[in-house]
Amino acid sequence: MSIRERLSGNEAVANAMRQINPDVVAAFPITPSTEIPQYFSTFVNNGQVDTEFVPVESEHSAMSACIGASSAGARVMTATSANGLSLMWEMLYIASSLRLPIVMSCVNRAVSGPLNIHNDHSDSMGARDSGWIQLYGETNQEAYDNILMAIRIAEHKDIQLPVMNCYDGFITSHSIENIELIEDDKVKAFVGTRKPEHYLLNKDEQIAVGPLDVQPFLFEHKFQQARAMRKAKEVIREVQKEFYEMTGRKYDLIEEYKMEDAEYAIVVLNSTAGTSKEAVDRLREQGIKAGLIKPRVYRPFPGEEIANALKNVKAVAVLDKADGLNAVGGPLFTDTTSAMLVNNITSPKAVSYIYGIGGRDVRVEDIEAVYKDLQEVANEDKVTDVYRYLGLKGGRD
Amino acid sequence: MAYNFKEEMKKQNRLASGHRMCAGCGAPVAVNAVLRGLHEGDHAVIGAATGCLEVSTFMYPYTAWKDSFIHTAFECAGATVAGAEAAYKSLKKQGKLPEDYNTKFIAFGGDGGTYDIGLQSLSGAMERGHDMVYVCYDNGAYMNTGIQRSSATPRFADTTTSPAGKVVPGKQQKRKDLTEVIANHHIPYVAQTAAINNFSDITTKAEKAIYTEGGAFLNVLAPCPRGWGYNTEDLMQINKLAVDTCYWPLYEVVDGVYHITYKPANKLPVAEFLKPQRRFKHIFAPGNEWMIEELQKEVDERWQRLLELEEITNKTQNKENGGE
Repeated sequence: MSIRERLSGNEAVANAMRQINPDVVAAFPITPSTEIPQYFSTFVNNGQVDTEFVPVESEHSAMSACIGASSAGARVMTATSANGLSLMWEMLYIASSLRLPIVMSCVNRAVSGPLNIHNDHSDSMGARDSGWIQLYGETNQEAYDNILMAIRIAEHKDIQLPVMNCYDGFITSHSIENIELIEDDKVKAFVGTRKPEHYLLNKDEQIAVGPLDVQPFLFEHKFQQARAMRKAKEVIREVQKEFYEMTGRKYDLIEEYKMEDAEYAIVVLNSTAGTSKEAVDRLREQGIKAGLIKPRVYRPFPGEEIANALKNVKAVAVLDKADGLNAVGGPLFTDTTSAMLVNNITSPKAVSYIYGIGGRDVRVEDIEAVYKDLQEVANEDKVTDVYRYLGLKGGRD
Repeated sequence: MAYNFKEEMKKQNRLASGHRMCAGCGAPVAVNAVLRGLHEGDHAVIGAATGCLEVSTFMYPYTAWKDSFIHTAFECAGATVAGAEAAYKSLKKQGKLPEDYNTKFIAFGGDGGTYDIGLQSLSGAMERGHDMVYVCYDNGAYMNTGIQRSSATPRFADTTTSPAGKVVPGKQQKRKDLTEVIANHHIPYVAQTAAINNFSDITTKAEKAIYTEGGAFLNVLAPCPRGWGYNTEDLMQINKLAVDTCYWPLYEVVDGVYHITYKPANKLPVAEFLKPQRRFKHIFAPGNEWMIEELQKEVDERWQRLLELEEITNKTQNKENGGE
């Protein structure tokens, strides 16, 4: 029987890590992910796990130590947020290029500057092209479930890529929700143990990791990384299926909410999807055919799936909790619209909304207003105002 | 067992020849002398910071390293090797590695990757007490990128970012004393060494560092013919002059107690060390004698301080042991 509990997102994730019992955790505290190494070091010091906990002096060293440990053959986990992820930047690319199945929770928080500790997605969005698989979770349950699946996805023999488990700082990380935990023995059986093919600690096979890799080979190595990322879509689905068989909780690359006959759609990540579902329900009561798409995986990008889900809508608003700062729109918006184009889904009108920057609150009414806007957008010949803001004070001039 | 040069030379180099380091470079000599400190049969995981040593010894698909090797980036050899060591500790504890596995962890970094950009990572790894040795091969500038000054560059040296100009005669700042910085981490073993004579100083210290449990640090002088401007065949002579002038004293700090492992019977003037090097050519021009005097003063002060540290720490230890 699964265990019914009431936990915060961070508690749930720390508990998942206890159940996974990784060989090494190297982490540095940063709000709002700090609780993860805190809870976890308690598990370590109380003898509940076998993990070697490395309390490093920075996030750069956290990721460096994770890389060293993972190359050595260990199963390795960590957690961070915002500027911590920024400080890791260089090492994120090295981790993925070395094909190391490190699993890291990224408790989403605004990246400086100026300094802000609250939730938006500028941290993980900035790392979207670092070669990490990125999973996004709406609730504590999803943050917990994702991190368990992350181990299997990362270590799959055809993938061997690091995975980032993203969920919203404070909103998800610190709010206590009902959650269904899986029994320890079932988790243990599900995640198994890491069996690396080549590793530094194998005395019988000396290997060298991290070469100078110039014109003759780097291109091919990068291609192999890209190929693994493409293959990851299939593997994620396989792992999700197995997870469903164990728990009854069904996941896919994207979640569609009332999309079957939707005329107006929102695409949004993480906890705001919950807020948006409430807005969809309210609008449906008024006879407005609202629907929602929540990508559960952002890298690899489920472009085809999102585009197909949008094929019958009149208008779509893509909500980004990170500004693209590119004079075009948010990152989820640009990815979504280019996926629509290459999949020949060109009839829906599309707009970008930047929302919730620096933890600006987003209420159900705000989302309802977006659907109302979409009814107007649908009637425009050509969308003149594509790059929009939700909840911005003082106008845009 | 006492150091036996002939026996040591029978050991196969763990950094194979055929790498791309320059002729007359001190680094590969230092690396092999350090690795001879490993007991035969012991497995090693070796890390390196980005730098000359790394790019010249592991260019895909070739490696000169006979042991397991990892390079990640410039500033994090300390943390990277610390991570591998943590993995070893964990897997060993859990019985996931065979019992007879005895793996040693050694990180190499140049002065750029150690004194400067990698100082934090090194400091963290040492403070946390990972069972590893960090070896700095100090060539006194960022040689890999083309001889730019570092905090290890001696005062007045001509580098490409502290050129000996008409107004400013080379580097203006004194060099950082990293060995002292790390000694003040209160780790079990810290030593400063160089490849001189029959390599006994460097290899003996390396063996102690490798087989002392906990964090250990070796600072090895590693002259650079390109950056320093000496003839490639003079490498060993340059090392010797650095030591005999007390520019680069050989000493170790064992559990906080200083031992100077070589006190030159005839301490040579520092000019003897500076003279064969092109990077100091300008200070030998007429009118620049004051620069040599300043450098001599600096060397003398540091040497005197070291002698005092040796005296003080040994006195304290004697007291603790119930001596006088």
